[in-house]
Amino acid sequence: MPSSWLFALVGGALIGAAGSLLFLTHGRIAGISGVLGSLLPPVARDRGWRIAFMGGLLAVGLIGGLVSPTMIGASVRSLPIVIVAGLLVGFGTRMGSGCTSGHGVCGLSRLSVRSLVAVATFMTTGAVTASLVGGAL
Amino acid sequence: MTAVATCGRRCAMMSIVLAAASGALFGVGLLISGMTQPAKVVGFLDVTGAWDPSLAFVIGGAITVYSVLFRLTGRRSDPWLDLKFHLPTRNDVDLSLIAGAAVFGIGWGLGGLCPGPGLVAAASGSLPTLAFVAAMIVGMLVQHRTPALAPDHHFGRSPPGGAVSRVAGGAG
Repeated sequence: MPSSWLFALVGGALIGAAGSLLFLTHGRIAGISGVLGSLLPPVARDRGWRIAFMGGLLAVGLIGGLVSPTMIGASVRSLPIVIVAGLLVGFGTRMGSGCTSGHGVCGLSRLSVRSLVAVATFMTTGAVTASLVGGAL
Repeated sequence: MTAVATCGRRCAMMSIVLAAASGALFGVGLLISGMTQPAKVVGFLDVTGAWDPSLAFVIGGAITVYSVLFRLTGRRSDPWLDLKFHLPTRNDVDLSLIAGAAVFGIGWGLGGLCPGPGLVAAASGSLPTLAFVAAMIVGMLVQHRTPALAPDHHFGRSPPGGAVSRVAGGAG
């Protein structure tokens, strides 16, 4: 088993544990696009835990970048393409009520039909897009 | 009204600390898993090239752990720091769900970043990723301002005096 598979498995298990912790303590679904989106206007009333969750996530990124820069890879696209990708990800995750974490991890674990449909859809369009574009842009 | 409101400042502090701990653990998991490396994500999604299946283990590991702990937690009547669990209540598959997921997938396949890894990578100060996150926030704001498509804004809101708060359709 290649070491990258092991890292993926351990990292995934930690993601699952983090989501479980939030559900046990706050009774909330750890969906990143939902947590971030609810902090944007119109802002949800219950902001405290969302800001704290985002703070923890961002702090790890800041420290991780200093301790082990290789864990954060370089962009594979030119800046205009990265911006288009960001717009699509932001718009799409809010329209579709979730992303890889909310639908992919939490939703599939809950056996949610909506999440199953969402994951099948974004995995398909993601695979088609990445396969068509490849290393071209 | 939440349990935090009924048990005072100590619970409010616990709420902040534990939410931050959850976010931090989530970030560590993303970093270790490889999800913050766009080349790796594109290598996973590009099934026509030299396919790198390793990221399938991320979702596998996450679902294995979450599905067990989610069910164990679900045996409780309420979470530690709130009066009730906030679960998505919708179960209808509508056009917004499918179209939104399709648009998200195109963006994910294009840039190799989804929201969590994007935020973690941006916090490290990588310039393209900061641009990605800024664009992602703009995309979210545009979606919120599109009346026909606006999400239900029931996140964390309770009707006055009522204990029931709906989390309408918000899975992620």
